[in-house]
Amino acid sequence: MALDLNSFPRLAPGCRLGENDQQRVLLMPERALRLLGPSLEIIERCDGQHTVQQIIADLQKIYSKAEPQKVEEDILGYLALLQKERALDFQS
Amino acid sequence: MASTISNPLALIAELTHRCPLHCVYCSNPLELQSRAEELPTETWSRVFKEAAEAGVLQTDFTGGEPLARTDIIDLVRAARGAGLYVNLITSGLPLDEAKLAALVEAGLDHFQLSFQGAREEIANEISGTRSHEQKLRVLQWLQRHRIGVTLNFVVHRRNIDQLEEMLAIAETSCATRVEFANVQYYGWAFANRENLLPTREQLDRSLEFLKRAQERLQGKLRIEFVVPDYYAKYPKPCMGGWGRKLMLVTPSGEALPCHAAKVIPGLVFEKVKDRSVREIWEHSAAFQKFRGESWMQEPCRTCDRREQDFGGCRCQALLLAGDGAATDPVCSLAPLRPKVDAILAGMNAAPPAQLFVKPAWLYRPNPT
Repeated sequence: MALDLNSFPRLAPGCRLGENDQQRVLLMPERALRLLGPSLEIIERCDGQHTVQQIIADLQKIYSKAEPQKVEEDILGYLALLQKERALDFQS
Repeated sequence: MASTISNPLALIAELTHRCPLHCVYCSNPLELQSRAEELPTETWSRVFKEAAEAGVLQTDFTGGEPLARTDIIDLVRAARGAGLYVNLITSGLPLDEAKLAALVEAGLDHFQLSFQGAREEIANEISGTRSHEQKLRVLQWLQRHRIGVTLNFVVHRRNIDQLEEMLAIAETSCATRVEFANVQYYGWAFANRENLLPTREQLDRSLEFLKRAQERLQGKLRIEFVVPDYYAKYPKPCMGGWGRKLMLVTPSGEALPCHAAKVIPGLVFEKVKDRSVREIWEHSAAFQKFRGESWMQEPCRTCDRREQDFGGCRCQALLLAGDGAATDPVCSLAPLRPKVDAILAGMNAAPPAQLFVKPAWLYRPNPT
């Protein structure tokens, strides 16, 4: 399923950020994902206020030394993974 | 020693063995604990704090029926306050709208509603009570809250042909996840195995159906399916490996590496009343017993898969091989696999497919 760049991703019900041992984690039913660097920066923006496009633009600024195209691909890949996990809702 | 042990990730809190349902496959032990033995609120609250400090991220409130505890709201608040992700695994029976709102307000993250079938008759037969209608009401109430919802259908010979109807219930609800969990054969289910184990044909049909459903619903509804161990080629990494990820605490406060661990003779279980969660995790002899690989027998000891499935389920090894350290007999490489094959062959040769005749179930009682 292709992601709509203008949709607003938001953590799905039952998914939230947590912290353990000074490590941020995404808590989901029966699983948890450790969040490091870019993954945390992406998840923090999945608040229903940022579009996919805006998240990409933000991260391209933060990681300005990286190839912009590569940043976009990585973000889309990560969002698709979370969508498959049913951890995100995409609001239009 | 302690430094080589990874942190526990989840705490299964068996708050009570009391339950209004009498399911013929209940995962509780045959010997149920009474209300008088149950841990008080303060002890559980301390256990949640200790668990979070030991690295635990999530707790599953289960039972019995966790809602049978009159202090359930306080327990949810205490666990969430300790920083844990709180999952309630419930029949939904002792619940009304106000109580659900209070649970959510107290910080409940996730609500797992168990179903015994898609239709009233089979669900009531399996649970030994009238329960199905109430579950459908609970689904309506859940829509009013932004909370994670999983529906859990326990699947077996008598309802595995109703998956389509079960999925329809999930699809029209607010659930983001649905589990179709085949019964596994320990405890009450072991006693009722003859009437629960599906045929190979039933299983193959269900797998085909669910594969298509998963593709169709990707991103909308997460579908999980658990195959009966007896039909698997390799055993499951039971509990993610003994003493590797999970700790279960019984209603009276014994710390177990898995639900059924008490069937294994010779294990001594520490009590959370006496020692902290971390101490038990690191030093309890019962947790150490099947950690690592030194306890393994052949073929596990030299098997390439030993770090994937950790030899399978210890309790199943005990039940089928009479030895808790044996290779799980469901493994196709296990010396005792022929025993499992014989059980399956008997089942598939003469399927007692008399769906209209109610089997002589051994029902799980409600302890006082």
